[in-house]
Amino acid sequence: MQFFGGSEISPSPPAPTAAGNNGNMIYVFNRNGVCLLYREWNRPLRTLNAQQDHKLMFGLLFSLKSLTAKMDPTSVDKGNLGVPQLPGQGCSFHSFRTNTYKLSFMESPSGIKIILVTHPRTGDLREALKFIYNLYVEYVMKNPLYTPGTPIRFKLQIA
Amino acid sequence: MAPVAPRSGDAIFANVERVNAELFTLTYGAIVRQLLTDLEEVEEVNKQLDQMGYNIGIRLIDEFLAKSNVSSCVDFRETAEVIAKVGLKMFLGVTASVTNWDADGTCCSLILEDNPLVDFVELPDTCQGLYYCNILSGVIRGALEMVSMKTEVTWVRDMLRGDDAFELQVKLLKQVPEEYPYKDDE
Repeated sequence: MQFFGGSEISPSPPAPTAAGNNGNMIYVFNRNGVCLLYREWNRPLRTLNAQQDHKLMFGLLFSLKSLTAKMDPTSVDKGNLGVPQLPGQGCSFHSFRTNTYKLSFMESPSGIKIILVTHPRTGDLREALKFIYNLYVEYVMKNPLYTPGTPIRFKLQIA
Repeated sequence: MAPVAPRSGDAIFANVERVNAELFTLTYGAIVRQLLTDLEEVEEVNKQLDQMGYNIGIRLIDEFLAKSNVSSCVDFRETAEVIAKVGLKMFLGVTASVTNWDADGTCCSLILEDNPLVDFVELPDTCQGLYYCNILSGVIRGALEMVSMKTEVTWVRDMLRGDDAFELQVKLLKQVPEEYPYKDDE
């Protein structure tokens, strides 16, 4: 998958700090694992090449979702761990935090997954992720030159 | 357990951008007219309209999900209700009613009393096999496919052919859960 320069998406979440953008990275995947978008603003350490990094991220999310669905204390037992689930069904996690970063995640029922990696003190980013999803719809889905399922290549200019 | 009633599409309909209804109808009419001239065969035109609808549907679903904020539907009944009340309202400005459920809950009919695509339209004798609104069946099929439901959507009653309402039959063929796409190599 390609890294591309050009104009950035500024997610403008309700930032807890006075400084504008405290995001580190953003990934957007579709349901087949194709990484549609990857941007980074602040990533000091890079250990894998882009392809493997995306696969790792996707695999991580996939497994975490299966795990959370299986561990759900409120739902009736739904199959074993690893049984494929419909996107959106079963409960899904929305963020996890380590001591160096916080990863926020949103999945739409159509399988579009949006991931934001930020500073660990960041508050709940679900609204920001929804905002990004709306942007995705407006500028990507409605673009007649875009083929669904391919990485996003054109410049996104957000006024 | 009865499904939770979906939010009405009215609120969302009030918020989305709208185009003039006549412009929409006339544009659609021009598209169909042009397809008939280019392809000449009514069956071909039906297929082409369905394909166009499919391409629209796969994109439309994301817009629908983003704007309407519905959580994912638990079963097909709820899905059909959501399409009829929220989806159609949001995009076409009309609602449909859902009836004729079969015993398993996999097949239902959406009945549209009023269809903005067919205002002012009459089918001539040369086009009697044409499903003028076939684009709608493609849209529903495309949209549902992106939320893992393979369906088959057909027109049962069509007002342009003399029936009293538009009836779409939506049949769920299967639900396709997502699978891990990468093979376990390296």
